[in-house]
Amino acid sequence: MDSAGTNHIDTRDLARRLRAHVLRMTHRARASHVGSCLSMADIQAVLYGAVLRFDRTRPAWADRDRVIVSKGHAAAIVYAALAESGFIPIEELDTYSGNGSRLAGHVTKVVPGVELSTGSLGHGLPVAAGMALAAQRAGADWRTFCILSDGELDEGSNWEAVQFAQHFRLDNLVAIVDYNKIQSFGTVAEISDLHPLAEKFHAFNWGVHEIDGHDHDALLAALEAKPIRAGRPTVVVAHTVKGKGVSFMEDKLLWHYRSADDAQLAAALAELGVTS
Amino acid sequence: MRTECIEALTEYARANPDVMLLTADLGYSVLEVFADNLPGQYANVGVCEQAMAGIAAGLALSGRRVVLYSIANFPTLRCLEQLRNDVCYHNLPVTVIAVGGGLAYGAQGYTHHGVEDLGIMAMLPNMAVTCPADPHEAISLLPQILERRQPAYLRLGRAGEPVLHAPDTAITLGEAIWLRRGADIALLATGPILGRALEAADALAEQGISTSVATFPTIRPLDVAAVREAGRSHRAVLTIEEHNTVGGFGSRVAETLLAEGLAPRFGKFGVTDALRGQIGNQSWMLDRLGEVKDHALALL
Repeated sequence: MDSAGTNHIDTRDLARRLRAHVLRMTHRARASHVGSCLSMADIQAVLYGAVLRFDRTRPAWADRDRVIVSKGHAAAIVYAALAESGFIPIEELDTYSGNGSRLAGHVTKVVPGVELSTGSLGHGLPVAAGMALAAQRAGADWRTFCILSDGELDEGSNWEAVQFAQHFRLDNLVAIVDYNKIQSFGTVAEISDLHPLAEKFHAFNWGVHEIDGHDHDALLAALEAKPIRAGRPTVVVAHTVKGKGVSFMEDKLLWHYRSADDAQLAAALAELGVTS
Repeated sequence: MRTECIEALTEYARANPDVMLLTADLGYSVLEVFADNLPGQYANVGVCEQAMAGIAAGLALSGRRVVLYSIANFPTLRCLEQLRNDVCYHNLPVTVIAVGGGLAYGAQGYTHHGVEDLGIMAMLPNMAVTCPADPHEAISLLPQILERRQPAYLRLGRAGEPVLHAPDTAITLGEAIWLRRGADIALLATGPILGRALEAADALAEQGISTSVATFPTIRPLDVAAVREAGRSHRAVLTIEEHNTVGGFGSRVAETLLAEGLAPRFGKFGVTDALRGQIGNQSWMLDRLGEVKDHALALL
């Protein structure tokens, strides 16, 4: 790979650091969505640590892989991953959500390494499909990844893109669903049940990986692989746990909204094995 | 107007391979000239305007200039947030073309009456908003908005709009053009309804009223100098648009006059809520709004 830092990284250790950054950032900013960040920490770690082709010194490098985080409320872990990858200084994470900071509470393109500003759900996948179409038409070999929440699959615009991408045979497009089973008002099953999610994508002619979204080997295998359905886009349905990695936050709706207080932060970092 | 415009777009795109045309499955018998000649720069994405606007943003973020094509409200209101967030927030070179603007599809019913588009598009950041009156204005503006490499909206009529300009008339993005010069009242028009403004000017002249007429092919940026001249040099100013009179061209002119400290007698000719629910051909629908001449006389 032509990038600094995408090989030979311990992705599990990277995931631990990302979780610690997110806990500190949301604690300092009194910001919400910590649970949404923690559920996708392993996805981010494997992407940035082992899969993506990028060059931190050239964020606009034409041949880089693209990542769109459609669940723009998970901004803290996006910035954390970019800082750990060298796009922005680690110290800048301290400014998260502060007055005048470029690290807004929803993912913002002004930050080097961010491909698309998001925050309104259901926008990422169509844009990712447009990028994939651009690469296909240009005969370029870079890939486009789009990370979606489960709750945002309620938005119809996603399914427009799902339909479009298979018809145009965008096999350079990979959607990753962070399927943590909790959305704004309760469980996905209670609010607008997505089950059977993998079958929905199958029916749309997508290639489907259904994996444990915290299993790094499974993530690596799914994300590194060639399209498993020839000429078709790929989805990784990643079964995850909201708040993963901090026992008292796991699988709790509360941590969609709340940030850790001082004692909770210390306890969470201790559990991760990170000193505060 | 739409046919001439797509032919001009095809020639522009032939010379500029970064230009792509997307349609949400509309434009039958109009877009074939582009699709057949430049298949690598064309995609019919299906009936999905929200995805189309997002796809356009993705293409634009990957170095393409993208033109979206659909009719009436579909490429504007249906995908408004995608235009706001994905296109305009990122200041991308995406041009939205809506055909059948205003009441061109009058008989098709209210769903097809595009009468809020200009005002709403003009509120979006970085967006240039154009509303040509005839094919000459349209094909003159098209390369200019593409060269600008920022979000743009081009509202077209449908077919058969008369040519109102001499072929050598220079049309510049952001500039109005005075077609008649008078001293009593200024008629400021945008779009094909300019024809009714010119007819009204003739009728007013017969009554001894000295009338100016200007066409505004661009609504944003608005030609402030032309508005200032209208306000300073005439007793009255009447705006004429095939659009809701609330928040449209007339409102932009009014706020500009106020900002310039000018207070001529002022009126807006355009669509009101009373038209909702009525159907008929474009001419019949416009007749429901009354005579431009009568609106002018009421101001004097």
